Amino acid sequence: MLSAIKAMWQIFLHLFRKPVTVPYPERKAYIPPRWRGRIVLTRDPEGAERCVGCYLCAVACPVDCISLQATEDENGRRYPEWFRINFSRCIFCGFCEEACPTYAIQLTPDFEMCEYDRKNLVYEKKDLLISGQGKYVGYNFWKHAGVDIGDDGKIDQKPPVDVRDLLP
Amino acid sequence: MTPALWTLVIGIGVIAAMLGAATGMIWIERRLLARFQDRLGPNRVGPLGLLQPIADIIKLFTKEDWTPPFADRLVFVIAPAVVLLPVMLAFAVIPFTDFIKVSDANVGLLFFLGMTSLGIYSVVLAGWSSNSKYSLIGGMRAAAQLISYEIPMALAMASVVLLAGSLRLADIVNAQTSVWYIVFQPVAFVIFVIAGFAEARRIPFDIPEAESELVAGYHTEYSSMKFALFFMAEYLDIVLISAIATVLFLGGWNGPGLPPIVWFLGKMGVMIFVFVWVRSVMPRFRFDQLMALSWKLLLPISLLNLLVSGAVALAVRG
Repeated sequence: MLSAIKAMWQIFLHLFRKPVTVPYPERKAYIPPRWRGRIVLTRDPEGAERCVGCYLCAVACPVDCISLQATEDENGRRYPEWFRINFSRCIFCGFCEEACPTYAIQLTPDFEMCEYDRKNLVYEKKDLLISGQGKYVGYNFWKHAGVDIGDDGKIDQKPPVDVRDLLP
Repeated sequence: MTPALWTLVIGIGVIAAMLGAATGMIWIERRLLARFQDRLGPNRVGPLGLLQPIADIIKLFTKEDWTPPFADRLVFVIAPAVVLLPVMLAFAVIPFTDFIKVSDANVGLLFFLGMTSLGIYSVVLAGWSSNSKYSLIGGMRAAAQLISYEIPMALAMASVVLLAGSLRLADIVNAQTSVWYIVFQPVAFVIFVIAGFAEARRIPFDIPEAESELVAGYHTEYSSMKFALFFMAEYLDIVLISAIATVLFLGGWNGPGLPPIVWFLGKMGVMIFVFVWVRSVMPRFRFDQLMALSWKLLLPISLLNLLVSGAVALAVRG
């Protein structure tokens, strides 16, 4: 009986608390920068595409929503000829971001991507590619690895390990 | 204006106001409940979400009105039609002020008790005619619950009648001009409110429609406006119990300064607030707990209360 009255008083005090609800379209809740939302393709500091068309994202994707076609430019560097993400399938798990060796594919805190037509949820490369570097500023994959086209030296690349060294 | 015409006008006014209040209860309950739970509640339809009940009614009207093929058709249709009638009729005896009352019956309180008992019929009939196990269990539970709580409620009322010396509700209010009966009869007030929750089938006592075990109890099979009628009757029950509690224990329209109708509606509003408040706090009783509370606790206490207040009244009046 006493506990019931105490509970009633406690609940009554909640009337004077600030509601935790955020009235969404007028006010927006804080979304952390690493939140998993709309997927983008980023560029390196020189403004070139980071994606090297390795298909790792497409392989990692559990719902098979990523498809792309890799090709090579005149210097022998790989890039995607086309890149397509079907966001009506995407579950925003972030596996593609984890799989990407070049930080090219990244998830952003944008979730407002509703469409009246389902077909509009299929994003092509021009929709995905952004002009910035995303979350990893200053990283350039070609400075660390990949095909050397003689325009610059590698930063931290060690000579290949002689695997036979490790034999007993 | 002839008295008969005046009564008619008042009657229609009371019906309209109470139906409006029952509709408004949708908004009041959802908003208040939300605030108790640190939410905002419906705030999109109209200013502060005030038009939410209208949107709800439009939605209910456009729903499919479905009668299950296994139901007892005639009774199935009649039950929701019957449910509003006794509740609305009970409002006839409530004196909102000295002038705003439909009927000044000298057995007003008895009439109220009779009407709330009649309300059981529609619930049981709905449970029976739906021909589904959930409905039937809900209907049976409702019958057992309402009958059990009628008795402590009537005894709590009797201790008020003992003080006022009349069953006429206007007389009871007039007897409280100086002191409200909640001061003399706090125990009876608590018993009345608890029994009132049970009468209105509200949350600590909502086992007839316990959604976690019975889907929706006696109105499981109902849809569209038939469901809305049950819904409406439940909210009207809350308004009715609040009004009767105001008349019996909170001094009716008596109060300094403000006009009587404001006092009455204000006290009624406080009671309605308590209804929503308790809903946000209490979990549902188990069936045996519910019966034990009524027969082992409320009934002896209310009998004892009646006995003591009778003895005191006899001693004081000589």
